[in-house]
Amino acid sequence: MTNRQTKGEQARAWDCIKNARLQDRPQTRDYIRAMADEFFEVHGDRTLGEDAAMVTGVGRIGGQVFTIIGHQKGHTIEERKLCNFGMPHPSGYRKSMRAIKQAEKFNRPILCLVDTPGAFCGVDAEERGQGNVIAEHLSCIASAKVPVISVVIGEGGSGGALAIAIADKLLMMENTYFSVITPEGCASILFKDASKAEIAAESLALTPADLIRLGMADGIIREDDDFSLDNMKGTTDRLKAAVLGALAELSGRNPEALVQARYQRSLNMKGF
Amino acid sequence: MELFKPIPAAAGTNQEFSMPSILTCDDCGKQSLAALVHLNGSTCPFCGGLFRMPARARIAMLADADTFIETDETLTSTDPLKFPKYSEKLKKAKADSGLTDAIVTGTCAIEGYPAALAVMDSYFMMGSMGAVVGEKICDLAEIALAKRLPLIIVSASGGARMQEGMISLLQMTRTTMAVNKLGDAGLLYVSVLTHPTTGGVTASFAMQGDVILAEPKALIGFAGPRVITQTVNEELPDAFQKAEYLYQQGMIDGIVKRGELKAALAQILALHADNREASHDQ
Ligand SMILES: [Zn+2]
Repeated sequence: MTNRQTKGEQARAWDCIKNARLQDRPQTRDYIRAMADEFFEVHGDRTLGEDAAMVTGVGRIGGQVFTIIGHQKGHTIEERKLCNFGMPHPSGYRKSMRAIKQAEKFNRPILCLVDTPGAFCGVDAEERGQGNVIAEHLSCIASAKVPVISVVIGEGGSGGALAIAIADKLLMMENTYFSVITPEGCASILFKDASKAEIAAESLALTPADLIRLGMADGIIREDDDFSLDNMKGTTDRLKAAVLGALAELSGRNPEALVQARYQRSLNMKGF
Repeated sequence: MELFKPIPAAAGTNQEFSMPSILTCDDCGKQSLAALVHLNGSTCPFCGGLFRMPARARIAMLADADTFIETDETLTSTDPLKFPKYSEKLKKAKADSGLTDAIVTGTCAIEGYPAALAVMDSYFMMGSMGAVVGEKICDLAEIALAKRLPLIIVSASGGARMQEGMISLLQMTRTTMAVNKLGDAGLLYVSVLTHPTTGGVTASFAMQGDVILAEPKALIGFAGPRVITQTVNEELPDAFQKAEYLYQQGMIDGIVKRGELKAALAQILALHADNREASHDQ
């Protein structure tokens, strides 16, 4: 990987953006391979189809069974096309809601891996109610009666990312971002100049450190200098420990207390 | 119905905007004085076409006389990220609109039925949702919960207010949870979509109503038309993302003319009034 900030320095916003978007950066399937002892993938939304931009299934991590939900962008050009570059259609979110309902039914925690430039913006996505389905998904995950832990592993692109980032604990990998809009989009609208994306990125407060400061993220997972597809173990061991640690904190709460705490957590993030 | 240009460009974003004194009707092309138009249901005096309705005019239209009690009326953005030029834009929007932010909230009676009512105002920074809009909706939902009132939200929004960054995105979470709580308590939530409702508002509370109504021809979508055109690189059909089209797609319950909205809401409130009492007795 290139453009990594020097250790110890706080990541610059634009570096986070560039690193989060690297095509060879580990993605949901890579994290599952690195962290889960076993994984059974489930497919299809039972209404419209199967969306490869969203991976859902049941896996065992450190002895604990999780429902795992994550965006998948793809590495090769074929896979990227298949995954629509990680931009889910409504059926991806419907599939994810199926997975959440099953997690509740079988009383297992949910691990979400966030990595999307955003929900797909196209005619067919609108026709099938992209706005409605994200709204429904937010409601579904907000009221899930099991612990929800989310990890931003790459791009946290607006509402399409938020759909699986409402959580009891939100962790962020070191070289990632989470933003209301792409810096390019922000620059072209507000500054009338897409080339001012770097300035927009700094202004939007989208780095892991920014999200910690705003009280939205709970932890940053340091990435090894040579963190890559071929060398994930050191980094994912840290992530695994953080996820299991977060789960240990959350387990033991009854379902109502869990949902109430999630609500209180959101109320506390006032922005005043 | 693009009444003002430029219309919101991206999902979850807002445009710079100021309150015009002359309005041009998108249906017939004729111009009218804004001040007179807003006294007349914000409709075109020549053809009856709909203009965007300021929040206070909407409240005057929906609430029974002298029943509206405003909540959080002084809440205003603190520019939490110190975003470039945001405080100047806020100042201008406040001066132009006479509002403190893009929503007015309160309790009232509608044909005698008590309700909590929130109305967004697209004349204030395109009705974009930041911390204040989120907070006022959450507060109103808490009041509705405490007083066991049904909630009505009239949306008009270009989406999240990007000058508040992640704080604005988070309002999707907060408002979702607030209306979820009402649902858990068996309280009714009616969402009314007006022109335009897009981005983060569409993808959260606006589409979570037990009943979702829309005004004729209102633009309603997740992504704005320009973003979609850029993505798919093709011309969009005329009716695309209009209320009538969403109705055909099964996304909303009905389209109600502006002059009939109060009666429609009153009927829905009446049909759920027994339920409200019954829950109250438990
Ligand atoms: Zn006209």
